[in-house]
Order: sequence, then C-alpha cells, then structure tokens
Amino acid sequence: MWRYLFRRFLSMIFTVWVISLLVFAIIQLPPGDYVTTLVNQLVATSSGSTTISSEYIEQIRESYGFNQPIYVQYFKWIGKILTKGEFGYSFVYKRDAVVMITERLPMTFALSFSSFILVWVIALPIGIYSAVRQYSLGDYIFSFIGFIGVAVPNFLLALILLFVTYKYFDQAMIGLFSQEYASAPWSMAKLIDMLKHLWIPALILGLGGTAGLIRTMRANLLDELNKPYVETARSKGLSEARLLWKYPVRHAMNPFVSTIGWTLPGLISGDLIVSTVLNLPTSGPVLYNALRAQDMYVAAGFILMLTILTVIGTFVSDILLAVLDPRIRLQ
Amino acid sequence: MTINEIDRALADRASGDPASESDVRVEVATQWQLMWWKFRKHKLAMFGGALVLFFYLLAIFVEFFAPVNYTTYNEQYVYAPPQMIHFFREGKFGPYVYGYKFERDPVSFKKTWVIDESVIIPLRFLNRGDSYKFWGLFNANLHLVGPVNAEDPFYLLGADKSGRDVFSRIIYSARISLTVGLVGVFLSLTIGILVGGISGLVGGRVDNLIQRLIEILISIPNLPIMLALAAMVPLTWSTLSVYFMITIILSLLGWMGMARVVRSKFLALREEDFIMAAQLDGVPRVRMITKHMLPSFLSHIIASITLSIPGMILGETALSFLGLGLRPPVVSWGVMLQDTQKVAVLANSPWLLFPAVAVIIVVLALNFLGDGLRDAADPYQ
Repeated sequence: MWRYLFRRFLSMIFTVWVISLLVFAIIQLPPGDYVTTLVNQLVATSSGSTTISSEYIEQIRESYGFNQPIYVQYFKWIGKILTKGEFGYSFVYKRDAVVMITERLPMTFALSFSSFILVWVIALPIGIYSAVRQYSLGDYIFSFIGFIGVAVPNFLLALILLFVTYKYFDQAMIGLFSQEYASAPWSMAKLIDMLKHLWIPALILGLGGTAGLIRTMRANLLDELNKPYVETARSKGLSEARLLWKYPVRHAMNPFVSTIGWTLPGLISGDLIVSTVLNLPTSGPVLYNALRAQDMYVAAGFILMLTILTVIGTFVSDILLAVLDPRIRLQ
Repeated sequence: MTINEIDRALADRASGDPASESDVRVEVATQWQLMWWKFRKHKLAMFGGALVLFFYLLAIFVEFFAPVNYTTYNEQYVYAPPQMIHFFREGKFGPYVYGYKFERDPVSFKKTWVIDESVIIPLRFLNRGDSYKFWGLFNANLHLVGPVNAEDPFYLLGADKSGRDVFSRIIYSARISLTVGLVGVFLSLTIGILVGGISGLVGGRVDNLIQRLIEILISIPNLPIMLALAAMVPLTWSTLSVYFMITIILSLLGWMGMARVVRSKFLALREEDFIMAAQLDGVPRVRMITKHMLPSFLSHIIASITLSIPGMILGETALSFLGLGLRPPVVSWGVMLQDTQKVAVLANSPWLLFPAVAVIIVVLALNFLGDGLRDAADPYQ
C-alpha cells in the first residue's frame, strides 16, 4: 500500500512539473514580452505626462530575467510562485494575480464539487434502476436523456436557462448571489443564498458527466447481475433488495471512484464556459478576460492552479480507489 | 473452416437443404460483409448513419440547398421571426409563406416584426435566386427553394441582427463545422497512429514513457489550454490560417484516445499466429504493418474516428461561441451562436438558437453511428 502511494505521489509530482512547463510555454506565446506590454499599457494610461524611466523597465526585466536564457526565466517564474506565492501582476485588473486567484479559485471548486456530488447522487440510483429494470419504459427514457446529455453542449443549457429565466421570471439568472448579498461580507445567510443559486449551474455542469456515469453504472451492474454468485444468493433465499445492495451494487460502484480522474478535468473545463455565460464569480470569466487581453501572468496562474488542483483531486481519488479495491494496491 | 467444409456445405445447398444456405453465406462472407450485416441490425446506427450522410451531402452542396447566400442581408428585416412554409393553397399545390408587418409591443413600445397572414409570398422549388460560384468553379443561381419575387422576405428560421437568413447561414455553417471535425480527426489520427504505433511496436521503456505522457495529458483539463492557445492566434491572420490553426489546436488535445486504441491493437496483434507466420516468412516491417496489421484493425479505427468527430465539433462550437475560435465573416454554428451571448437579444429572438439544434442533431447522429460501428467492428465475436 505505502509503496503504491509513494509511486503514485512521485508520478503526481512529475505531472505537475510537466504542467508547469506547458503553462510556461503558453506565457511565451504572445508576441513581445510581458514588459513591453506593461510599458505600452503604462504609457497609454498615463497619457504621456509621465515617462517611464528606462531604469524602471530594466528593473522589471531583471526581476523576471528577460535578458537571460529561457530556462533561467522558467526557474525565476516557478521559483517566485513556489517561494513567495507571486504569480505576477495583472495589467488589465491592476492587481496582483495571486489576489485574483485566491478570490476566484475557491468558488470554482465549490461549484465543481457540488456538481460532482450531484452527478453521483443522480447517476447512482438511475443507473441501478436502469440495470434492474432493463428495457422498461423508465430505462428507455433515461437512456434517451443520457444521449441528450452527451450531445448538448453545456453552455447551450446555460443559454436556455438564461432565456427561460429572463423571459418568464423577468430576471436573468446571472451570478451566484441575490442582489442584496452580492457585495455583502460572508455570513450564514449569504452561504444559504449561494447554495440556493448554486444547484442550477451545478446541474448544468454535471449533465454530461451524469449521462456517461449512468451508462457505465448500468452496464457494470448488468454484468454483475448475470454472475453465478447472484444466482447462488438468490437460491439461498436472500431478499431481492438485500441481494442487490449487498454485493453487485458495491462491485459496480468501482468505476464511480476510478472515473474521478476524467470527470474532474471535464468539470473544470465545463465550469470555464458555463461560468462565462452565466457570469458566475468563479475562475471562468476572469481567465476568459485575461486570455482575450493577453494578460498572460493571470491566465497562466489560473491555468496552473486549476490543472494542479485537478491533478491533486485525481490523486486523492486514486488513493480512495486503492483503499476500496485491494486488487489495485497489490498490483 | 476448411475448403472441404465449404464444399460440403455448398453441396448441401445444391441438394436443396434450406437450413444450411444462410450458414454458408455467413461462412464464406468477407470480413467487411459480416460487418455490414451486423451493422445493419443496429437500427439506431443505421438512422444515425443516414443523418450523417445527409448532413455531409448538405455540406457539399450548400450553395444549392441554402435559399440565399450567407452574406446576403436586408437591413429592413432585422430580427424578423421564422415563417412557416405552407404547401397547399386553395386545394392545389402552391407553396407559400406569410409576409411580415410592423407591430408595437404593448409593453415596451418597441417596434417588432410579426407574421402578417394577409400577405402571401409565393415560393418556387428549384428557384433562380442569388448567383454564386459553385465550388469556386462555375457560375450558377439555382436554389432548392426561394420566393418567386426576389425582393420578398423569406426567412424560414428567422433573421439575425443584420437581416440575414438564419436558415441559409446554418446550411453554410455545416460546411465549416463538419469539416473542422473531419480535418481535426484526420490530424489527431495521424498523431495517434504514429505515437500509438511506436508505443505498441517498440514497447519497453519507450512504451512506458509514452503511456505516462498520455496519462498526464488526459488528466489535465483541456479547455483552459485550448482557450489559451486559441487566444494567441493573431487577429491579423487570414480566415483560412485561423481555420487550420483551430483544427490543429483541437487535434493536439484530442489524439490521446486514438493513440491508446492503436497501441492496444498493435499489442494484441503481435501475439497473433498470422503475424508470427508473416515474421517467419521474412516479411519486411513496413509491409507487415500496411498489409497484415492495418487491415485487421481498420474497422476499429473507423469506429473511433466516428466517435471522436463529435468532440471536435463541440470543441469548435465552444471556442467560436466564446469568440476565440473562428471569426466572422467565416460562418460556423459556433460563430452564429455568438449572437446569443446577450440575454436581451436572446429573449426577443430565440430563433437565434437554431444553430445549436443542428449541432445537437449532428453530434447525436455521429454518436449513434459510432456506437453501431464499434459493435460491428469485430464481426467474429
């Protein structure tokens, strides 16, 4: 077990390193370096009255190591993040990128996590029902909804939600808070208000994943139900409910845990676009604006943190799976 | 089955034994025939396949199927609502739509177009309308359907903010949106076969390294990276360059599944007797792959191609919808959906969501087709 954990941990560190290289490559993509953009920005906003001293420019260049080879720049960038938690400066928002990240990231994870829970809560009973009552009307209806869930892009669901709420309730469903709480400090009432709003975006976000999981659960449970041990248990006079819950369902549950690794990236990706449409206070809209304005340090910070937290989530799910299923840790 | 057995079965059939006739048919059929028979049983897949065929035909002949060109506009009919097409007038065949009139909204006092049932606009099938250069080769002006008087408004699915026909634009978009999927899948297939093939054939440490890399790439949420790459495409690039850049971005993040399929097939095939036999015969490696290995997993490749096109189409739609993908004047379903980002516009003209219906139908059809192909890919089971 510990060996497995250790191996898995090493591979996670390696993954994070590869991701940091990838994100650094993205920062390098726009033409000109960060300082040029920053200087242009400063010149534009100060309307020419103040000239920026070349010393100041040199100073920034020095601190980011722009005069040095690319690998030095990489180490300076990642070093600042690791040691000081500095992600750079946003010239669009005129703030430190790290402030924006700490502001928005928790909301992204609140949304993704609730969506994740919702996916499980919905997919599990439906998957069991569809397998036990195979080819029933309900099974067909759920299969149909499942297909739709795969084919409808989730931003479209968000658009339909906007349309319906705007048209019939006179107020577009935008944001996560009612007006009176939007800028209020955190309190119990605000939390409840948020939870009231959260479930709709969470549902939209989770539909695709739910559809996939229902199909997996159904297929797995059908496989289990045809195994001889079920027949044995039945012939020994176990009640149907007990028979179902005690063994086959537990077996069929495995993919729920093992698919976290690819459900999570999907949720994070989905959050970006759904939140941009619904203007939720998560990472989505900020990352989107940062990318459009080529505000690269903010964008890079968000992408880095989002991907790393996803990788950690996958790591945790792997540990859970190893705890649940001895076959994996003994491999 | 040996030649003798086939002979015997054929002899049985000649002697008039009806039971063995179908057996013989199955036993002497080629691999592709078997697949076709198995695929045919899958009704939903057949239906999906027909739809996909229809959409690609539409994409080939857009200029003919669209009533007007996608750039044709009429500033008079901004946000005109959809018209219903009626086929019979006074008991005779004579297609027509109703015209429009202005009306003031009783609440907002805004002027809007509504359908006016007192005005009749006659239509004609195989109508001469907007002229176009078919495939850029020769001039034509034939359209499947159009108004008899070219000035009459004809908006089957409504008009957009510049008074352009949404229906025609959806049809023109099919060409872009569907080929983005094809080109993207072709690119990711190339990468996938290359990487997966190396991984499966070489094996050992190289295989291990490639597999770890693929695992890493799959565990990263790809939309942020896709957005970042797409946002970097310079605004000054030509539409064609942007188009290819977007397909490259989509395929760069979508080849991993393909590589895994190819690798697992190579690994399984290495153990097969006929490959061993070919090896002992001294067949060169390239010939071994192209002549003996590739045909035996081609069907699986086709199935995974079909199942990965929807991802490409949805990816392009999402990027373009956010304004980071294809840009006007190029028209794709995602580009059209950009107009729906403003909720007030969407609320007053919900027909702007019709491009999404096209996306959903195509994605569903491709999924059904792919499911059927995957089931049929291994006909010997």
